Amino acid sequence: MGNPMKIRAAVKDGVTEVKILMQHEMETGLRKDADGTLVPAWFITEVKAQYQGRTVLETQFGQSISKNPYLLFRFKGGAAGEKITVSWVDNKGDTRSDEVTIAA
Amino acid sequence: MNMEINLQRRKALKTGGGVGLLALFGALGLLQSGVAFAEWNKTAFSAKTMDDALNALGVIVPENGAASIQLTVPEIAENGAVVPVTVASTLADVEQITIFVDKNPSVLAANFTLPQGTEAYITTRVKMGQTANVIALVKAGGKFYRTSKEVKVTAGGCGG
Amino acid sequence: MNNSNVIKLIPLLVLATSCAATAAESEISDSDRIAQYREMISDGNPADFDEMRGEALWKTVAGPKQASLEKCDLGKGAGVVKGVYTELPRYFKDTGKVQDLESRLLTCMTTLQGIPEEEIAAKPFASEKKASDISSLATYVVGQSKGIKMAVSTKHPQAKEAYEIGKRIFNYRAGPYDFACSTCHATSNVRIRMQDLPNLNVRKDAQAAYANWPAYRVSQGLTRSFQWRLNDCFRQQRFPEPKFASEATVALTMFLAVSANGGEYAGPGLKR
Repeated sequence: MGNPMKIRAAVKDGVTEVKILMQHEMETGLRKDADGTLVPAWFITEVKAQYQGRTVLETQFGQSISKNPYLLFRFKGGAAGEKITVSWVDNKGDTRSDEVTIAA
Repeated sequence: MNMEINLQRRKALKTGGGVGLLALFGALGLLQSGVAFAEWNKTAFSAKTMDDALNALGVIVPENGAASIQLTVPEIAENGAVVPVTVASTLADVEQITIFVDKNPSVLAANFTLPQGTEAYITTRVKMGQTANVIALVKAGGKFYRTSKEVKVTAGGCGG
Repeated sequence: MNNSNVIKLIPLLVLATSCAATAAESEISDSDRIAQYREMISDGNPADFDEMRGEALWKTVAGPKQASLEKCDLGKGAGVVKGVYTELPRYFKDTGKVQDLESRLLTCMTTLQGIPEEEIAAKPFASEKKASDISSLATYVVGQSKGIKMAVSTKHPQAKEAYEIGKRIFNYRAGPYDFACSTCHATSNVRIRMQDLPNLNVRKDAQAAYANWPAYRVSQGLTRSFQWRLNDCFRQQRFPEPKFASEATVALTMFLAVSANGGEYAGPGLKR
């Protein structure tokens, strides 16, 4: 299981803004380490955000996303105290899911 | 023990066996977390040119989106490892936002599917190997729109 | 200074002068663009993860003595972390020494947890392959001073002495390049490549520089501690590497911290 994400969500004027910071190396597969050995590709391929069982964002990532990926999006609705779940999967099949409570 | 599994997975990936593993997960459409993911678009994400990437995404000829897409990138990135990109659009019924970096080894960086109710406003961070164009593609009402902006990538100051 | 040193110095002076000229003449807008870039990435700092790791370590029982660090006194009493960084380095009665955050954490880890000093000092900095506990602990503690003004005291005679020694180290020219910290950090409006170099003799510059360390270094993908920052400065000057948490590094930190007094602490920062 991957390392925890840091998720913040806040609702304002009927729109919920979600900010996600994921912990992941996001190796391109093109980088060489200090010994000159090629570091194998290892990156998050998909991220999904759900609000009350409904998908609010579906993401596919490639090798060009920065280490410790950052994601910000907004959706209509949401109320303080409600929960949002964010899940990712990487190219090795590892996954992580975290939950956040929407702040006012 | 986890370590061992990881190593084996790395090896499997190197030899191409990892693809099988992924395909298996993909076929099941379900992972340990219980969340179902769509199939990752390997062809599009492996594309080396914009044409190939657009083809793989089923884009015919995108219209000029200079006026309808708000692409925000820094003019200069102090470090190509982290380049912030925000794509927003004033178009109605935006269903998809896609980000490319035209000079990266694989040009497609991210593809977002926006269900109804999700606003056309996305921020993420991409890696850029060199000064290049960041390209934003927006699908709205079944049509594709495209715009781009150049980001200059500079070398850092003292040491690493 | 002997002749060979003079010869070595000439190209450096030429370089420094041309650098200064470039910065003054044009491209002021490039600095603005860099500032714009920094602003755009300021939200979502991966240093948060190191803070989380440090917080867990602070509260976790560890070492031969099976203790957490929750009784560690960083200057404001046992277990207090809020705001402590803005008053460090400071003189500590129990050790009879002036200590910065990292040397004080070292004291707590050895005395409370019984972890041998050599073991901690052997891995004082994070690397690509392995995180450093003391470094993560420092990240956690500094995060508890965010938004608080720097107020480092030199009232105690030893603190005053450390400040004076630190000032001398800052201006001390030596090494194969005849360099000092002040070679790069005591002149305004100069830069290396795209980076403006802070003039640490100017309070505003010193405050801004100090406020953002420790920091997550994008180019390294790691959160870097203040002791690491100093170490790397010495490396770049081609000085011998200072000993982790040594008196010299604490004294230099004292000088820099006092120079930043009055500035609001903003770390952990996010750097290129």
